[in-house]
Amino acid sequence: MSDVILTSRMDAFPADSNTLERYRESGGYLALANALRDMAPEAVAAEVKASNIRGRGGANFPAGVKWGFLAPAEPHYLVVNADESEPGTFKDRQLLERDPHQLVEGVALAAYALGVPHAFIYVRGEYPKPARRVQHAVEEAYAAGLLGDDILGSGFSLDVTVHLGAGAYICGEETALLNSLEGHRGEPRIKPPFPAVEGLYASPTIVNNVETISNIPWIVANGGAAYAAIGPETSAGTRLFSLSGHVQQPGNYEIVMGMSWREFIYEVGGGIRDDRELKCWIPGGASAPWFMPDQLDTPVTIDDVAGNGSMLGSGAVVVMDDTTNVVAAAHRIVKFFAHESCGQCTPCREGTTWLEAMLWRILTGAGRPMDLEMLLDVSDNISPGLRWPPLQTTICPLGPSAVSPIRSIMTHFRGEVEAMIPSQEEAPVG
Amino acid sequence: MSPPADWSPENRERAARLIAAYPERRSAVMPLLYIAAMEHGYVSTEAMAEVAALTGLTAAQVQSVATFYTMYKRREVGKYLLSVCTSISCFLLGGDDVLAAVESETDTPDGETSADELYSVEHVECIGACGGAPAMQVNYELVEGVVPDKAKQLCRWLRDASPDPVLGDEMQALFGGQRSFEWGPKETEGATVPVPAFDPLGSASEGR
Repeated sequence: MSDVILTSRMDAFPADSNTLERYRESGGYLALANALRDMAPEAVAAEVKASNIRGRGGANFPAGVKWGFLAPAEPHYLVVNADESEPGTFKDRQLLERDPHQLVEGVALAAYALGVPHAFIYVRGEYPKPARRVQHAVEEAYAAGLLGDDILGSGFSLDVTVHLGAGAYICGEETALLNSLEGHRGEPRIKPPFPAVEGLYASPTIVNNVETISNIPWIVANGGAAYAAIGPETSAGTRLFSLSGHVQQPGNYEIVMGMSWREFIYEVGGGIRDDRELKCWIPGGASAPWFMPDQLDTPVTIDDVAGNGSMLGSGAVVVMDDTTNVVAAAHRIVKFFAHESCGQCTPCREGTTWLEAMLWRILTGAGRPMDLEMLLDVSDNISPGLRWPPLQTTICPLGPSAVSPIRSIMTHFRGEVEAMIPSQEEAPVG
Repeated sequence: MSPPADWSPENRERAARLIAAYPERRSAVMPLLYIAAMEHGYVSTEAMAEVAALTGLTAAQVQSVATFYTMYKRREVGKYLLSVCTSISCFLLGGDDVLAAVESETDTPDGETSADELYSVEHVECIGACGGAPAMQVNYELVEGVVPDKAKQLCRWLRDASPDPVLGDEMQALFGGQRSFEWGPKETEGATVPVPAFDPLGSASEGR
């Protein structure tokens, strides 16, 4: 069995893997045709559940279990989260640009399984080209009778709308995304109720990531058990990782989980640029606590990363070499969250801004000794106890995400932070 | 409420179809704001009032939405919007130097528009091009692996060649470097104004 699921067509047809013609000649839409003809919707959902695929957007929640929460009230909605914005993440962009029909077939299969008449694909505003590719695939699918009324004569009908965002990281949080899609500010909702009970237009809604949905054609074609058999039991399937930073070969890599971080960074990624030393890396997007070289032999699985105090999150790996000023790197990440805070919750709105200001003060030589404890104190007000997995005083996890880089530098590089703070005598007055 | 009489016939028709495309009228507010931005050059107070009338919202409600998102510009934007990524991966590989190069070549500080209204310059948060860092966008069309000197050349080329539309493939070939992944098929569509070149009602012709 091939080790590659999501990117096989891109390798086979480098110039036009995005077209309906190429998709069909490599077996595309057969899973949909077969499912509509031979399988009950519940049977399709059962295969997804049996695959044990865990959501690829960041939370890593089992997709089949999430589907099981869908309340009976109608209509049902399906929303594909293509608001890929977690710093370091660029995997969904490739899936949208290079194999949009794989996503569209996944949408049709998921909609059939869930009894959805209208699905939405919410693409981040900064991705007009990926959105164009998906829109074109949707049009091709309509023209071929693969979307729209009475698909392939099955009696099942589905409309798909591609919706472009307008620049707001927080809309990747699923309830913020739903608010945005409804024409409101993209502010997260208090949960419960969860979207599966009260989602888009207060109807039961499933929100799934692009990569999750893109796996569904393969799962339905080959069976959930075949997917579950790939890789470690609780990290089933392949996964598309985005590797960036100070590595020789940045890029997206589809791998079976379970290899060590050493293999991933040094063999898949070709090692550190200019043969420098690894200082640390972020294993799962800007929200994730950093890993240190002594964790290189930890396996790349969802549970091993979680067990070591971080998360695999969105699969975004950012590598930093020994030239990195970690305070500057942490500042840049905190600045991101301060900018992207939606402003609903005081601890996040005020706290992220304060954290950024303190780190900037330290970076520019104006730090005070008391800033060290104040960084932790403000962090504690956003995420009490600074525990992992984090607690939160906020509606959504954005605030605690800003705490991750602070915890990382204060745990592993406290000496470097202290060295940037002038002693009391040298400190400027006022 | 029908679309404003002074909108182009195409945009009037698109507005009506967009509203019909969603189960609830209000959901059309985001795509309509993009259309209004094309009509007015930016999301002006008048543009927001027009979108409010179209969606049955108050002007204040539309303003609350428009001001939430960074891509609805509330001031005039130059012909070319230059968005330089300075988030973590681009930061690690010199995104700040690219921003400085763009600012100096265009004589336009971050967040401002040049006196001749040719360029607007902004630093932006992660644009999903981390494998091709440092990266920037021109009217939201992407260029990856742009080192500072190439970024300066790109700015000069925009002034001298006045590309319309702005095509990502063309910019990447002339001024880009490392990519996040192979881009695949050649692109024939690009941006004609500093608003994302995407028509949710479909006009895509690339790759056909």
